[in-house]
Amino acid sequence: MSLAVEIPTEPLERGTSLWWDAWHRLAKNRLAVGGGLLLLLLALASFLGPLILSQSYATQDLQLGAIGPRAQHWFGTDTLGRDLLVRVLYGGQISMAVGLCATAVALTIGVIYGTTAGFIGGRVDAVMMRIVDIIFALPFTVFVILLMVFFGRRFVLLFAAIGAVQWLTMARIVRGQVKSLRRMEFIEAAEALGLRKAQIIVRHLIPNALGSIIVYATLTVPSVMLLEAFLSFLGLGVQPPMSSWGVLINEGAANMEEAPWLLIFPGLALALTLFSLNFLGDGLRDALDPRASKD
Amino acid sequence: MRSPMHSEALLHVDDLRTYFHTRAGTVRAVDGVSFSIGKGETLGIVGESGSGKSVACYSILRLIPQPPGRFESGRAMFDRVDLLHCSDRELQAIRGNRLSMIFQDPMTSLNPYMRIGDQVIEPLLIHRDVSRAKAWALGVSALREVGIQDAENRMRSYPHEFSGGMRQRVMIAMALITKPELLIADEPTTALDVTVQAQILELLGKMQEERGTAVIFITHDIGIVSGFCDRALVMYAGRVLEAAPTALLFYEPKHPYNQALQRAIPALNATGRELYTIPGAPPDASKSIAGCPFAARCEYALEKCLSSEILLKEVAPQHFSACLRVQLGEIDLTPASAVELSANN
Amino acid sequence: MLRFIVGRLLQMIPVLLIIATLTFFMIRLAPGGPFDAEKSVSPEIRKNLERYYHMVNADGTPRSLWLQLGDYLRNLARGDLGPSSKYSSRTVNELIAESFPISAELAFWSLLLALALGLPAGIIASLRPNSPSDYIPSSFAMAGISVPNFVIGPLLVLFFALKLQWVRVAGWDDWIDRILPSITLGLLYAAYLARLTRGGMLEILSQDFIRTARAKGASSLRVILKHALRGGLVPVVSYLGPAVAGLVTGSFVVESIFQIPGLGRYFVNAAFNRDYTMVLGAVLFYAALIVLFNLVVDVVLVWMDPKQKFA
Repeated sequence: MSLAVEIPTEPLERGTSLWWDAWHRLAKNRLAVGGGLLLLLLALASFLGPLILSQSYATQDLQLGAIGPRAQHWFGTDTLGRDLLVRVLYGGQISMAVGLCATAVALTIGVIYGTTAGFIGGRVDAVMMRIVDIIFALPFTVFVILLMVFFGRRFVLLFAAIGAVQWLTMARIVRGQVKSLRRMEFIEAAEALGLRKAQIIVRHLIPNALGSIIVYATLTVPSVMLLEAFLSFLGLGVQPPMSSWGVLINEGAANMEEAPWLLIFPGLALALTLFSLNFLGDGLRDALDPRASKD
Repeated sequence: MRSPMHSEALLHVDDLRTYFHTRAGTVRAVDGVSFSIGKGETLGIVGESGSGKSVACYSILRLIPQPPGRFESGRAMFDRVDLLHCSDRELQAIRGNRLSMIFQDPMTSLNPYMRIGDQVIEPLLIHRDVSRAKAWALGVSALREVGIQDAENRMRSYPHEFSGGMRQRVMIAMALITKPELLIADEPTTALDVTVQAQILELLGKMQEERGTAVIFITHDIGIVSGFCDRALVMYAGRVLEAAPTALLFYEPKHPYNQALQRAIPALNATGRELYTIPGAPPDASKSIAGCPFAARCEYALEKCLSSEILLKEVAPQHFSACLRVQLGEIDLTPASAVELSANN
Repeated sequence: MLRFIVGRLLQMIPVLLIIATLTFFMIRLAPGGPFDAEKSVSPEIRKNLERYYHMVNADGTPRSLWLQLGDYLRNLARGDLGPSSKYSSRTVNELIAESFPISAELAFWSLLLALALGLPAGIIASLRPNSPSDYIPSSFAMAGISVPNFVIGPLLVLFFALKLQWVRVAGWDDWIDRILPSITLGLLYAAYLARLTRGGMLEILSQDFIRTARAKGASSLRVILKHALRGGLVPVVSYLGPAVAGLVTGSFVVESIFQIPGLGRYFVNAAFNRDYTMVLGAVLFYAALIVLFNLVVDVVLVWMDPKQKFA
């Protein structure tokens, strides 16, 4: 509710930059900090855990079969007698790697495309964004499935397929940012000073759009991980002997009657990771872009 | 003209304190304001932005978001109902019915998703037992009364199809459709062009005269007060510093702040001279002030002005001032017009 | 408005043409073919099959892909999606007509569930932001977004079908079979809708005209229903286009978990089997559906927001 009274905002401290402010806002958001810490913990466990634990993810003990959680096997074992904890940790490495790499692909394409369209403007911009609109109207999942089925289930292709789908929103966001920044006076000042276009983009436009880029990237990672898990669940993603959380969930769902832990632990790991990432992303958005933090 | 303590008061506000409790501290937006308004009277409330004049009026209608806002003390008696503390049901029965409000920005105060007609007749549908058709007919005549051409068709338009002045006319029609006893107008002309301002003021005056509605007129424009109001309060830092019939307020200022305000009005004939500005800035509303809030900027201030609590006192018939030195008869303020004249000579 | 709708429908044609061409080359240039899986197919039969699908000319010489695309598009213009490359006795039109109503019904119940859960949750959360009545629905919404449906689905089966035996593990015969799949598919969208509703309502409730409504003496309920909801639901409605697309295409997983004979399952199987015509037909069908839903949503948005114009 807006009132005709000026309620003084928090007192200005000397030397507070935008980023410092944002950091403070983020640090105050308990859910985001909790999400960040949990994420760090999950990442550390996934990448360092297997080094400490003795079992290999491929070590089978067929006599053992699928047993529930116990002292030697905290998460139990799968039908081939492999330790589930180690498999979940390894699966985490793959899932997180896919999440990060595919996001990086989407980010690169999106930022380049969006900056170009926004900076050149005019007819080029109109055509470029019309293309994005058209691609947006396509059934993504359908295309990713087709790509994976018809061109083999290769790991690299997985990044390409997911990245190719996720760059669209990024391109739209970056373009919007660049367009509104372009109209601002400091960019005109930079142009007046004779900076070359590339310099303006690299020195001014990208740093200023960085806030929204970071926020959106953080929110892309969980959706990418979800897509990877979805493909792996359908048998189209990561292939054995490698495993990801999606693969493990698929295996777990197949054996859930006899060995429900096979479904529960990988599912929990994936859900917790996505949960933390989403909270962190929301918190970052509140911190970096207070005006857009409504939903 | 009525005194602030008139027995026939329609609304009587007593020692209202509205504070906002934010993380950065407590903002004392309204800090001990008392006034009353009689039937059919027009009361101006003048002050700079941040003086608490709008918050005081929003408090009366309980339109303050709570939290962070809180009423620390006070009552607002409207026909034996304390608006600050009555039940929601009692409040809703009065709001928009016997006590209406129009707002500063007509561009954002109308619902862009609703047709004008539906908004204008809403108070009738809420407060009166009328059919929609009857209400709609009343709405058409209400729009016609505020000077909107082609009212039947305009009822079906949306706010974005109206200009700012037209929207404010709609707001007035909407606020007066239930024939309220009191209308609070929060800077109703500030967001409008000067020519439109005059039209809206004229309309408000006409409507008030016809219906005998009492009006509280909030403004930062002293000029409007002098032309429009019977009596006015001067607010500063959440308090009332001076209250008097408008003529007295202008010709016999009894508070240095009022005098300074009038000196700060650009005079039409005084060309080439630097405009007078009050030195300093209003006090930080998050700190409690012991003495006179204006003392730090006042050319007459003494040590005692900063320390002792100063209440509004009647210093001349119907003329109230919160200046300690005026109350003690130590200073006699010249009206601003006299200052202008002496400066010109 | 009619002009707007017709214009948009005409725009659909080039979009569908591009999609058809892209998909056609993607699946035809990829290694493997529809008759590879069946080892028993003799060269003779294979030739006949290829002739039947116009993959070779009448004299048995290979027909160029461009000509084949031309054949396909000619048939497409008449609304004929051709015979299935896998089940040669069935046409793709038949297969879609048979399976899509099932997917559509699943999507319908899921959407209904999502709206029934998401809208009230979002509205409640927006009324007192940063209070328990906000945190509780908001946390559930976040959980709904974070727990994938292929985890929820099996867990629901495990608990309600295997342990409690209230419902059957799989199938699509009775009304009771609709429950678990609809929940599995709908929860994610309920969560999204709750978040969008909360955001939209918070935005609207902070507007000046809400204060005007309260100053008129409107009750809280009236303020929410008459003044806030219409504007607050604008972002929700704009999301419904993608949501419906997601519900229809997202049914792959749910249909495979619950073994529902919907279009999603047909599509995934067709992809695995290199059923060229079925894949193409399904892709085009999905694309047309998405474009149509976006059009419907745009029309509804103009109706909801008087400031928007058909453009």
